[in-house]
Amino acid sequence: MSLESNPAATAETTSTPSALLEVRQLSMRFGGLLAVDGVSFDMRPGQIFAIIGPNGAGKTTVFNCIGGFYRPTSGTVLLDGQPIHGLPSHRIARQGLVRTFQNLRLFRTMTVVENLLISQHTQLETRLLSGLFKTPKYRRTETEALERAVFWLEKVGLLHLANREAGNLAYGQQRRLEIARCMITHPKLLLLDEPAAGLNPQETRDLDRLINALRSEHQVAVLLIEHDMSLVMGISDDILVMEYGRPIATGTPAEIQRNPRVIKAYLGEE
Amino acid sequence: MPRNLLEAVLVALLAGLLTVPILGIHIQVDGIKVSLQGNAMPVLAIMAVVFAARLFQVPQKAATGMAYLSQRLPRPPRLAASYRPVLIGLVIVVAIVWPFTASRSAIDIATLALIYVMLGLGLNVVVGFAGLLDLGYVAFYAVGAYGYALLSMHWGLSFWACLPLCVLMAAATGCLLGFPVLRLRGDYLAIVTLGFGEIIRLLLNNLNALTGGPDGIGNIAKPTLFGLEFAREPSTEGGVTFHQFFGLDYHSIDTLIFLYLVALGMALLILYVINRLIRMPIGRAWEALREDEIACRSLGLNPTTIKLSAFGFGASTAGFAGAFFAARQGFINPESFTFIESAIVLAIVVLGGMGSQLGVILAAIALTALPEIARQFAEYRMLIFGLVLVLMMIWRPQGLVPASRPRLELPERAETAP
Ligand SMILES: Nc1ncnc2c1ncn2[C@@H]1O[C@H](COP(=O)(O)OP(=O)(O)OP(=O)(O)O)[C@@H](O)[C@H]1O
Ligand SMILES: [Mg+2]
Repeated sequence: MSLESNPAATAETTSTPSALLEVRQLSMRFGGLLAVDGVSFDMRPGQIFAIIGPNGAGKTTVFNCIGGFYRPTSGTVLLDGQPIHGLPSHRIARQGLVRTFQNLRLFRTMTVVENLLISQHTQLETRLLSGLFKTPKYRRTETEALERAVFWLEKVGLLHLANREAGNLAYGQQRRLEIARCMITHPKLLLLDEPAAGLNPQETRDLDRLINALRSEHQVAVLLIEHDMSLVMGISDDILVMEYGRPIATGTPAEIQRNPRVIKAYLGEE
Repeated sequence: MPRNLLEAVLVALLAGLLTVPILGIHIQVDGIKVSLQGNAMPVLAIMAVVFAARLFQVPQKAATGMAYLSQRLPRPPRLAASYRPVLIGLVIVVAIVWPFTASRSAIDIATLALIYVMLGLGLNVVVGFAGLLDLGYVAFYAVGAYGYALLSMHWGLSFWACLPLCVLMAAATGCLLGFPVLRLRGDYLAIVTLGFGEIIRLLLNNLNALTGGPDGIGNIAKPTLFGLEFAREPSTEGGVTFHQFFGLDYHSIDTLIFLYLVALGMALLILYVINRLIRMPIGRAWEALREDEIACRSLGLNPTTIKLSAFGFGASTAGFAGAFFAARQGFINPESFTFIESAIVLAIVVLGGMGSQLGVILAAIALTALPEIARQFAEYRMLIFGLVLVLMMIWRPQGLVPASRPRLELPERAETAP
């Protein structure tokens, strides 16, 4: 797939059959505010793709449109070639597109391991009678769910905190729990909204390693919003830069760093 | 001080104004002559008390004092897990043996309390666990009661055959109502359910041909013990009654004891089912949804079906209790299914502590037994009821027994070092 620094050109390329996610001319209007204005980009399976831009550029709104939390004013979103715009968010999640939230949305009064069981709800034996009578199938799915939870807790280094209340974890631990809660659903595409926000440098390095491991070991593609430039430039295959809702550049980290419009957007106005 | 004084005077005047219609005027009936008689003493007394309380800031002091106390009081000891089944077993045995030693009226009140326990437990799932405010809960109770009355009247089906049918009917009604409504925000649900409760009552009142209108339905068959009736004489030709079968003398109290035991069994069944449910994926999903609906959606949980399951379960519990209510009363009319019933059940849940089953059980018993015991205060029932609710909101908003959720924990073996 070619990488154009001109987003309008990307929009006209016909969909490549290998694309995992195709976003075409996505726009979202809130009253008089055009929060997202004609955003288009493609993602390959297993790719790490970042959206950057100043505060209020509309990055989270793009996530909300892709994930079905907002109904986009116009534009299309294809996941594996199938249109998902307009579907309710839980249907989109079941198709393998899950996300974390900029302000963390854990089930705070539940234990860490319970958080991981809830995200497996759709894979569990939820029929009423089998649970009431604890049928073998019910027991088996519960045990398997717990085993998967243990696996992911080990992966993100939270196993020793499994029985704590999620709301009592340290901030960085909550961020990792939210990622584990997404990964346990076997997503094709993981959307991370500012995963490094509030992390210390050591935790940010761990996060970098974790995201790379997710891609290489679990074949998940990652779409990332992040303000930490060293993390973004080091980890991303491609970057989309937004300003005032509009895409101003797309390209590899090296291309983005050289792009005069990006430099102007970041340096000229801050 | 002057500000306190001024406030105290105003509050006392307000109290006087409010108590005049309740305490200051008595209706005098003299033969056919009805007259009103003023009586200033109680009103003045109340005004004086309110004035003094306000002047010396008694409520505020009491509130801070209570808050201080409730922090200092030792928390009730958590029972070791191994003792719990023993204790529960003991309570159940006592509950089974007790009616054989109790008086008729006590058994009757206890049966009524058990009906409210069932209703409270069911609504607790909807309001306490799933966080859906249902103000028309009595509608499903009515569906169960009328369902049994009609099935038994027209097709002669027995109580035990009707019970699952009533549960299904109430659940179906719940789903039918819930499906369009549960997509809406919480407050709309409260309004729509409130209206629905009234609609059901009006239907019962006006569908004369089906429900008998305001006259209701009478002569509803009582539950039987494997076909054995509790009556002096069998109601059908060739039927056998309980005392004939076992060769006992007829005691009318046997019927009451049997009804009590049936209610106890039904309440225990509901308790068991709920306790399984809240440990199952669906129960966890109810709680997760109450805590953060957006997070649930982002993980693929369908909020509508999860809410619907809680709403439907609550409705079916009410239908279950309703069928028993009809069988116990032997007579039902729409008067038993007014909004006040929904309000009482909701009060039971709030007083007991939302999501707390022990609390709901205790509150249900308190709210049904106390008015019967303190009959001389019957006139002030609603007044006291409101006062208790207000005081609870001030001092213990989490309810009598604050909910403690059953936490799923990973077994120790997995808890080894990170
Ligand atoms: N639901 C909404 N209703 C109205 N305006 C909204 C809504 N959501 C976002 N906006 C507006 O859209 C614009 C883009 O917001 P968005 O949250 O997408 O920015 P962002 O790029 O994620 O910023 P940040 O880096 O601060 O997270 C902002 O001006 C915001 O106020
Ligand atoms: Mg944002």
